[in-house]
Amino acid sequence: MSGTYETPGGTHETPGDPHGGRDRPGHRAALALGDDALVLAQRLGEWAGHAPELEEDVALANIALDLLGQARTLLSLVGDEDKLAYLREEREFRNVQLVEQPNGDFAQTIIRQLYFSVYQELLYGQLAGCRPEDATPVAALAAKAVKETAYHRDHAEQWTLRLGDGTEESHRRAQHAVDALWRYTGELFQPVEGLDVDWDNLRATWTTSVRSVLEQATLRVPEGPQSAVWAAGGGRQGVHTEPFGRLLAEMQHLHRSHPEASW
Amino acid sequence: MTTVLPERGPGGDVGGGVGADEAALQAAFDAAISADERIEPRDWMPDGYRATLIRQIAQHAHSEIIGMQPEANWITRAPSLRRKAILMAKVQDEAGHGLYLYSAAETLGVSRDELLDKLHSGRQKYSSIFNYPTLTWADVGAIGWLVDGAAITNQVPLCRCSYGPYARAMVRVCKEESFHQRQGYELLLALSRGTPAQHAMAQDAVDRWWWPSLMMFGPPDAESAHSAQSMAWKIKRHGNDELRQRFVDICVPQAEALGLTLPDPDLRWNEERGSYDFGEIDWSEFQQVLKGNGPCNEQRISQRRRAHEEGAWVREAAAAYARKRAAAPSNEDGRR
Repeated sequence: MSGTYETPGGTHETPGDPHGGRDRPGHRAALALGDDALVLAQRLGEWAGHAPELEEDVALANIALDLLGQARTLLSLVGDEDKLAYLREEREFRNVQLVEQPNGDFAQTIIRQLYFSVYQELLYGQLAGCRPEDATPVAALAAKAVKETAYHRDHAEQWTLRLGDGTEESHRRAQHAVDALWRYTGELFQPVEGLDVDWDNLRATWTTSVRSVLEQATLRVPEGPQSAVWAAGGGRQGVHTEPFGRLLAEMQHLHRSHPEASW
Repeated sequence: MTTVLPERGPGGDVGGGVGADEAALQAAFDAAISADERIEPRDWMPDGYRATLIRQIAQHAHSEIIGMQPEANWITRAPSLRRKAILMAKVQDEAGHGLYLYSAAETLGVSRDELLDKLHSGRQKYSSIFNYPTLTWADVGAIGWLVDGAAITNQVPLCRCSYGPYARAMVRVCKEESFHQRQGYELLLALSRGTPAQHAMAQDAVDRWWWPSLMMFGPPDAESAHSAQSMAWKIKRHGNDELRQRFVDICVPQAEALGLTLPDPDLRWNEERGSYDFGEIDWSEFQQVLKGNGPCNEQRISQRRRAHEEGAWVREAAAAYARKRAAAPSNEDGRR
């Protein structure tokens, strides 16, 4: 079987692709949200043993585990979770660029988490709120995961307040993260095929919510553009940022080195 | 030296008393120990008992958090999502063990900050086993099976330790450790039964981890600096050699079931003793690693220090924010 992926130049076959049918709308949706969760879990996993205090080692691992759990459920709706995670190339991943951004300092990690978990909670909330007769497997996952996402959002908000309204140094670092990651937030509201979501409402609610947290944290809400200008598109089209290739190289290396093995 | 709070008598008075009072307190303590009663934080206890517990619990807590490093080394590279989730949860458990062991130590009148400072400056130790590197994925399995297995053998008796908070912490730690041990065994089993390359990876890991695991029980009883007094205080319940033998006897049949060999030509069943005989342990290696000459001593402690130093501004921010909130109680934001 072979799968397909899209670039601005059109739809391409991926030769030898082990899992077909990814072009169905439900699958596209599961893949987009599953890749978001997988890639952010991978990033958060890098913190293990490096957190500023023991409580945060526990908390960040906890969030990573929740996200990894979501990713496994979502990817399994599309095909074999391990084939999807370990054998796809960079251009076949559908996660937003925000989640692949390097951890940076703790402020960068927290602001990335704030932007993403506010989005994820609103998105899952809308999906979970659909009429029961319209419920898709993705909506079922969303209904379950929205509770843990609310905890992730709360964790990020509390830390945003502490960092923004803490010391001069923490304020400076938090503001830098807020500004640097802002350009990856526009992509969050790009409609994903197969998801019954009011995207304009999602953007408006996200903006209100994030703005309120930042203001409370005495941080300046950026005024710059929420996306870089490039016709190639973004993560949802399989166009990623440079650090993403290295993330995949590290994640996939062992699995790919033993093609016949099971673990 | 460890910091020690002024002792409290049973009535809660700060013990300035000497002579007869002290003798009576000591007698009550001795009676409690011999009756197998638990000593609790507010009970009077001899300075030496307190200092021994602080040293041991701190070393145990430090081992949990340093022990996160060799395993976290493989989180980003775990070869399946299921294994990644298991490993992440395990490393998270270790952070959790660290948390409640530091809390147990705090009941003795030291702070986590003080203890971390002693770890970072090399004045307190952690288990030497974590000064060995995790070179392949199979090492994650070997650590689970052998290192956690040895830790459990050591720690199960600590659930009956005379100091209440430590004993209670160990009940939970042991439950989670035994889960980790089974997961490590299962990981190795999958490798051993997998491709030839996977089998070789598993065997290589066991070859490297077997002897260091045996050293985890500490030097022979005759040479152990703290054993006798700890046994008398019922902090420790069994000698190092007895626990080491128990561990060997458990592992040999498990290695056979795994289809892996233990790297000891002298390992054989002794009918008379009802135990396995095993070869001589290279105690010079143990002493060297203890002194700082293991393969990863410098790396482990540097990473720990770096994480702590790089996190300083975060902890300061949290403290500054908390102070601001405390100073403005009317400004309650009502967020929950």
